[in-house]
Amino acid sequence: MKPLALLVSLLGLSLVAFWIGKSRSLAAVGGKAGIRSLHSLPGHYGLLTAAWCALPALVVIGLWLAFQDNILVQLVTAHLPEPLRSLPPAEFSLVLNDVRNVVAGNVPASSVDQSSAAAAAEYVHLQSISRIALTALALAIGVLAIIFARRRIVPELRARNQVERVMLWLLFGCSTLAVFTTIGIVASVLFEALRFFSQVSPWEFLTGTIWSPQTAIRADQVGSSGTFGAVPLFAGTLLISAIAMVVAVPTGLFSAVYLAEYAHPKFRSWTKPLLEILAGVPTVVYGFFAAITVGPALRGWGESVGLTVASESALAAGLVMGIMIIPFVSSLADDMITAVPQSLRDGAYALGATKSETIRQVIFRAALPGIVGGVLLAVSRAIGETMIVVMAAGLAANLTANPLEAVTTVTVQIVTLLVGDQEFDSPKTLAAFALGLVLFVATLALNVLALHIVRKYREQYE
Amino acid sequence: MSDAPVRRAPRIRTAHETQTIVAKSLRRRYWAERRFRFYGAAAVLLGVVFVVFLFVTVFSRGIGAFQQAQIKIDVFYDPAIIDPAGTRKAEDLALADYAAVLREALVRVFPDVKGRSARRALSRLLSSSAPFVLQRRVLANPDLIGTNDTLWVTASDAVDLLRKAKIDRRLPEALRPLSDQQLAWFDQLAERGALELKFNRTFLSTGDSRDPENAGVWGAVMGSLLMLSLTLLLSFPIGVATAIYLEEFAPQNRWTDLVEVNINNLAAVPSIVFGLLGLAVFINFFGLPRSAPLVGALVLTLLTLPTIIIASRAAIKAVPPSIREAALGMGASRIQTIAHHVLPLALPGMLTGTIIGMARALGETAPLLMIGMVAFIVDVPHSFTDPSTVLPVQIYLWSDSPERGFVEKTSGAIIVLLVFLVIMNAAAVFLRNKFEKRW
Repeated sequence: MKPLALLVSLLGLSLVAFWIGKSRSLAAVGGKAGIRSLHSLPGHYGLLTAAWCALPALVVIGLWLAFQDNILVQLVTAHLPEPLRSLPPAEFSLVLNDVRNVVAGNVPASSVDQSSAAAAAEYVHLQSISRIALTALALAIGVLAIIFARRRIVPELRARNQVERVMLWLLFGCSTLAVFTTIGIVASVLFEALRFFSQVSPWEFLTGTIWSPQTAIRADQVGSSGTFGAVPLFAGTLLISAIAMVVAVPTGLFSAVYLAEYAHPKFRSWTKPLLEILAGVPTVVYGFFAAITVGPALRGWGESVGLTVASESALAAGLVMGIMIIPFVSSLADDMITAVPQSLRDGAYALGATKSETIRQVIFRAALPGIVGGVLLAVSRAIGETMIVVMAAGLAANLTANPLEAVTTVTVQIVTLLVGDQEFDSPKTLAAFALGLVLFVATLALNVLALHIVRKYREQYE
Repeated sequence: MSDAPVRRAPRIRTAHETQTIVAKSLRRRYWAERRFRFYGAAAVLLGVVFVVFLFVTVFSRGIGAFQQAQIKIDVFYDPAIIDPAGTRKAEDLALADYAAVLREALVRVFPDVKGRSARRALSRLLSSSAPFVLQRRVLANPDLIGTNDTLWVTASDAVDLLRKAKIDRRLPEALRPLSDQQLAWFDQLAERGALELKFNRTFLSTGDSRDPENAGVWGAVMGSLLMLSLTLLLSFPIGVATAIYLEEFAPQNRWTDLVEVNINNLAAVPSIVFGLLGLAVFINFFGLPRSAPLVGALVLTLLTLPTIIIASRAAIKAVPPSIREAALGMGASRIQTIAHHVLPLALPGMLTGTIIGMARALGETAPLLMIGMVAFIVDVPHSFTDPSTVLPVQIYLWSDSPERGFVEKTSGAIIVLLVFLVIMNAAAVFLRNKFEKRW
């Protein structure tokens, strides 16, 4: 059975288990009349039986599927002819790729060499055996568990407490997923980045000014040694983020102030959702907008005043990214402004300040830490934003502060290095993980700092 | 006052003097007030203008994708071309030269066209998919052979762009995709009413293609639906369970703090980093297939979980404690209290948060690029492990295509994506307004 069908049948079996447990508990006390001598509701006995049926089988299925592929590949490899097995790892992975492609049906078996085709056939054969074994094992565990659970059912069994304990553990298990996700991110990025740093020194990576990740495929190739100096990427990222902030921070702040302090409630109830649309538009749409509309328009204006603007200029990507971030800044600033107590405003008005004086000299100053935190969060978003820069910024790593030239960013390089088919041990692909590590650490630091500032500020007025 | 040194003004101002100073400054201060207010209004206006401009640009560019130039031709299903042996077997009919049938039909419209290259230029007015239309019709009904038939077939990309006035016909011939001769044919067809813009069904019912006129979004829509349904199936229960645990059961200790800090930080991790996680863990370590909705759904689940957890926690927090106390007082266990009373009351809020999370997942592109969803895939996917593409990635792929016809298709796909997003957000707003209780 395919995994999905297996899961569905296990679900069906659990339903049967529920029914068996429920009717068994009723039978144990002689029908509905004796229901008062049961410790728990009949449904609890049903749930307990269903849990016994499903959970152990699910654990087995999960473990089996997680390791099936690795084990099958090991078995198939062991049967490959000796000359193939002694190939260097890079070429050997090509052979494995052939096998996988045949198994997946992407290419016909006749298009690869004989031993690979045989290996593919063996893989398919083993896979079908594994599936049958798994199906039999999982369903057998389920059925045995039902029988076991059914025999345990007596009126004194504290079924509700047991079911609730299982549920509590399930809830707890779900809540740990966030921690495991973080561990997964750190481990996967760090592990590959360390492999990269064993080939390229971290110092060169963090301070070098030439980025040209093309490595030689053959030893005798000329001119593509691969230089991994990431400073131009950092500079490009910061340049584009800075342009975005120049657009987003004033616009976002002023619109938040206007909507919070000046606008008529009716106007506010219409404009606020309209501005928030900007936050809901997918970034790929902004990327298209930047590449097709804003980029060429800037180029045209530049030409008309005698400036040379690259068609993939940092300015176009930065402007559009700024538009995207406006609602983010404005809603955070709005929160901060409305959190300032009314008494501060009243005090300023009583001293004869005008509304704008109150806002500038009292509210802004009181809300400043919160606003700074919000801006930091916005910066971290700008740094991690991918699609806009992939579509509208360039690929060439120029080290420049001129916003009219094309620059590239960390995220653009991660995408270009990893999209397409590559082997996983060249410094070129590993560099993407090193960049990912830098990106993760930078955004994490900004977030922690920003959240700290925001929380500190919130406490002030609570 | 304290005994701190006090700066004394040399002379105390009278009330009248203060009044004059204030009155003098008033004009300037009121101007500053007006200016400040103007800046605020300008910022709001700027934002609104951006929204309108964005939507107008996308819609004006993309609305054309829903129409397609088609050419009306009278075909004669010549038995000599389709089935010279007269077997009428499906495999023979499938392999017949339908392009020749179309060529004959076009030559009958323009009898003065002579020579192979001119005829080839003539048949290039039609899409490369046109012969397959004939093939399908004949296979469905072999009795058509030997009869006449009038049908509309898809015109080529260049004809389509010219019909929509997106090619400047005054350009020199070398810079145009259509030659002078082809322009003349185009005009003749248009004059006879044999060339019209019709609703583009291909765009909404097929997968990707190398030719703009044959490319459709249906494959990407199906990929998105498969992926999102699995994401929902995984992230909603896990998110709600986490929220329940953290709000109702978690003890105040280090571990709980760690979980909460993690959730808040994951909400702000760039999405591309989740893509790196998916690539390293799901594809390289567990050996799951590339480009499959399954892997996309796993990555998006991790990506949307923080959103769903945060929204669900807020919804649970909003249920007043009196409800819990009443249930506990009636002898319900804590799990029963939550399952029977708290959850149903918090459900609208949780669903709203989930829909918003799903809407974000629908527009997410970067992590899917990492797990190899950028392949060129023609077939419409039908299972969670079929190679597939999704709407935003399709938009990215088309926007990268050099053919001019794809600019319009890209905007068209964006319109489809935005329609889905609007529907989802409207559902969220509806749920909130209809079921949200204020206590």
